[in-house]
Amino acid sequence: MQRSNSEWLAHLTGEDDLRHAALRDLREALLRGLRAALAGSAHACGAFLEDAVQDSLLRVMDRLHQFEGRSRFVTWATSVAIRVALTELRRRRWKDVSLEDVVAGSDFKPERAVDGDRNPENALRRAQLLDTMQAVIYRGLTARQRTALLAELRGMPQEEIAIRLGVTRNAIYKLTHDARKRLKRGLEEAGYQAADVFTALTK
Amino acid sequence: MPLSKDELDNLLQLLGNTRAEEIDCEQCLDLVAEFAERVLAGKSPAERLIAVEQHLSVCAECREEYEALRLALRRLESGRQP
Repeated sequence: MQRSNSEWLAHLTGEDDLRHAALRDLREALLRGLRAALAGSAHACGAFLEDAVQDSLLRVMDRLHQFEGRSRFVTWATSVAIRVALTELRRRRWKDVSLEDVVAGSDFKPERAVDGDRNPENALRRAQLLDTMQAVIYRGLTARQRTALLAELRGMPQEEIAIRLGVTRNAIYKLTHDARKRLKRGLEEAGYQAADVFTALTK
Repeated sequence: MPLSKDELDNLLQLLGNTRAEEIDCEQCLDLVAEFAERVLAGKSPAERLIAVEQHLSVCAECREEYEALRLALRRLESGRQP
């Protein structure tokens, strides 16, 4: 059954018969969406998708009041389902990895990044920039910001960092956003502007 | 263990894309469906969605989720079910 956005909202919050039918149709739509989104993932098997859809339905119903009708309802619900499913896949992938192992031994020294640059002038500029950045990292960031930023750079998902630090994914985002702003400001105060950063990046 | 070249390049890229005001992952989730539909329709992001584009440039998880959504929409739209 095709529904407009307002019909989806009305049916999902309506009388039993309407609600059950809408939930059944939404369940099917989310399953189709997740199958299409995760077709390349070896771990997204049938049972996993069924569980993900079940969890997603609960999340969608919880967030229903946040749907503003600026996209199709099913697209919005699919975006919620994708977050639920990918968060679970990330959790499985990282479940045996500790935060300590991810950041162990790192001192933020940029030695390896400078190695291998054949242009001595570029290598020197890049080394100077990275030395400045290292100084700002230690002077300007808290230990918690350094840990979260480093774990993120090493590919650990924010949700997983958050679980290990006992906070929410949003709190980790704010923590690393503040860290990036301080780092950027520190580089700017040392005379580096965005263009320098990109020049150093592209060598 | 020092940072690798890739990690430092990633950090420099993140700093280049960092803005004073950014939306967080929950706000991105509220807006990403609209953003994806517009992109799929070949429209440029509306003013209020520019923040989504910026967030996706600094958040690997939201970017992965957006790519998955875009893939799903494209596949469903073309009727090519996997």
